Amino acid sequence: MVFEPYTLMVMVLAAFYGLFVGSVPGLTATMATALLVPVTFFMAPIPAVAVMVTATAMAIFSGDIPGCLLRIPGTPASAAYTDEAYAMTRKGEAEKALGASLVFSAVGGLFGTVVLIVAAPALAEFASQFSSFEYFWLVLLGLTCAVFITSAQPLKGLITLFLGLLVACVGLDNPAGFPRFTFDSVEVMGGIGMIPMMIGMFAFSEILRFVADTSPPTTAVVEKVGNVLKGQWQVARKYPVQILRGSVLGTSVGALPGAGADIAAWMSYAISKKFSKEPEKFGTGHVEGLVESGAANNSSLAGAWIPALVFGIPGDSITAIVIGVLYMKNLNPGPSLFTTNPQNIYAVFLIFILANLLMIPLGILCIKGARRVLKVPRNMLMPVILMFCIVGTFAINNTLFSVQVMLVAGLVAYVLESNKFPIAPAILGVVLGGMLEDNFITSMIKADGNMLAFLSRPIAAALACVTILIWVSPSLLALIRRRQAPPETLKR
Amino acid sequence: MKLNDAIIGLLLLAVGLAVLIGVQDYPNIPGQDVGPDLFPALIATGLLIGGAMLVVRGWRERSIAPWLVWGDWRHSPRHVRAMLVLVGSVLFYIAASDWLGFVICSVTILFLLFRALQLDTTRSITVAVVASLVIHFAFYKLMRVPLPWGVLLPYAW
Repeated sequence: MVFEPYTLMVMVLAAFYGLFVGSVPGLTATMATALLVPVTFFMAPIPAVAVMVTATAMAIFSGDIPGCLLRIPGTPASAAYTDEAYAMTRKGEAEKALGASLVFSAVGGLFGTVVLIVAAPALAEFASQFSSFEYFWLVLLGLTCAVFITSAQPLKGLITLFLGLLVACVGLDNPAGFPRFTFDSVEVMGGIGMIPMMIGMFAFSEILRFVADTSPPTTAVVEKVGNVLKGQWQVARKYPVQILRGSVLGTSVGALPGAGADIAAWMSYAISKKFSKEPEKFGTGHVEGLVESGAANNSSLAGAWIPALVFGIPGDSITAIVIGVLYMKNLNPGPSLFTTNPQNIYAVFLIFILANLLMIPLGILCIKGARRVLKVPRNMLMPVILMFCIVGTFAINNTLFSVQVMLVAGLVAYVLESNKFPIAPAILGVVLGGMLEDNFITSMIKADGNMLAFLSRPIAAALACVTILIWVSPSLLALIRRRQAPPETLKR
Repeated sequence: MKLNDAIIGLLLLAVGLAVLIGVQDYPNIPGQDVGPDLFPALIATGLLIGGAMLVVRGWRERSIAPWLVWGDWRHSPRHVRAMLVLVGSVLFYIAASDWLGFVICSVTILFLLFRALQLDTTRSITVAVVASLVIHFAFYKLMRVPLPWGVLLPYAW
């Protein structure tokens, strides 16, 4: 199924699209995925998934290119090591930096894919024993992780989560089949569309940010880049531990709901510096950090698919969008996907492997063409993207209501983000709200209102413990710290 | 656009209250204690608590955090115009696309935005027309999305 000419052709096209979007600063990988949804609407399931996987893998890598050459990260995932890469360029080692990014992104991606191939079926078998109680606690755990791990201020993360959950409540689709908050509008009865919301929150809000940006436009002066693959084998032999550590961390962070490539890259860069034998070299143009974080952000893409495929719980914002597409194509994520349609799962695995292998030749092409790509004026690009957003959201349901949703969601997201409210919990709230409520109500009905039943099954109880532990740990840690403080103040 | 946390907290309190009032008359699932009002009520309670905490925090920080900060772009008329054109174009499309048609709306929006973003007139017009036709072709012909023809219906291709 994967090796059909049509699928391979759209993969290559998607690769160029991803490489382009990733390398233009201001266009993010999530935006690229959101904008692809209207296009994949009209494709068969496997090419649709192929397009999304390829485009995002390329975009996460190509974000490194302007970061290295211009000190402007192409996507948030590259921001962690932009300074380091630029320092290397100033030393005249741009090829080494770009080559390291390219090769170790592919390696990280392949590692993540191997973990996906091994872990997902095993986890799916485990998950087939899950009932509504376990799913309830699992979704709650996922939402908890998203709030506590990804935001600096958990309170604000919780609030956006609640807002997302509230949006998920709108419409007819609830266990009672009762129209909620529909204000007598037929359009709203179908619920607030997830895809127009995401296009609004990720694409339209970026356009708003670009238009509001008062900083002077940067003139991109890019020098020629030579052979990027030269010397990479020596780098690989020098830092095997870093490659492995980055890939493992990236895959694990990717698998955590809500935490995606950018968090993986930041954590990985920090860990690389902490455990390095030459920490003083970090910041002066040292390739070690690039190796580890480059591997981390690409492996997180594959890791994010593990909970997405097995439970339908997105590992990051990109997989949140992809889950929407999977539902549209009748490839409902969950353990049943592994038993009733295993050929689709194997196709997804193959696509991941192909995409990461394709990254190397196409990435080299992109690096060579970087000068021309980075010269595209953004004031010409953004309005065209706006039209694409409008038409794309219209195309989902052929109704202008989607465009209205996009506008409102984009404005709200823009205001929220300006006030340091994280968006990721809201996305997860919208995507998982229905699942959370369904399992909650089903469990309540099964338990006849007896709350203790939620802890009666062993797996459910274990998940509940972990969740509650994460809830109370910030306050517990604060208490412990306050108890340790007094003796020192007494000494003075 | 930055608001003091207290103001956002008040808005959230309002939303939470509105939801709680709204779900009051929801019926229960026949034969069960739980109904479609439970989940929104729980969320609304969470919003009320969160909103209250934000109000407290915002009030405590009122000396260092101003009530409303518009942002640098407010001071530059060029940027204000661009923002208004941006939001206005989407509203214009929603209102006018059915009777003016996609192509006319798209060319207008693109041209106005290009000009608002300082692109020169010749390139604005050419790219606006070319991009609109390309998008129309891609979505209407290739993907069969029913983009409205509007006034151009007699000349539809």
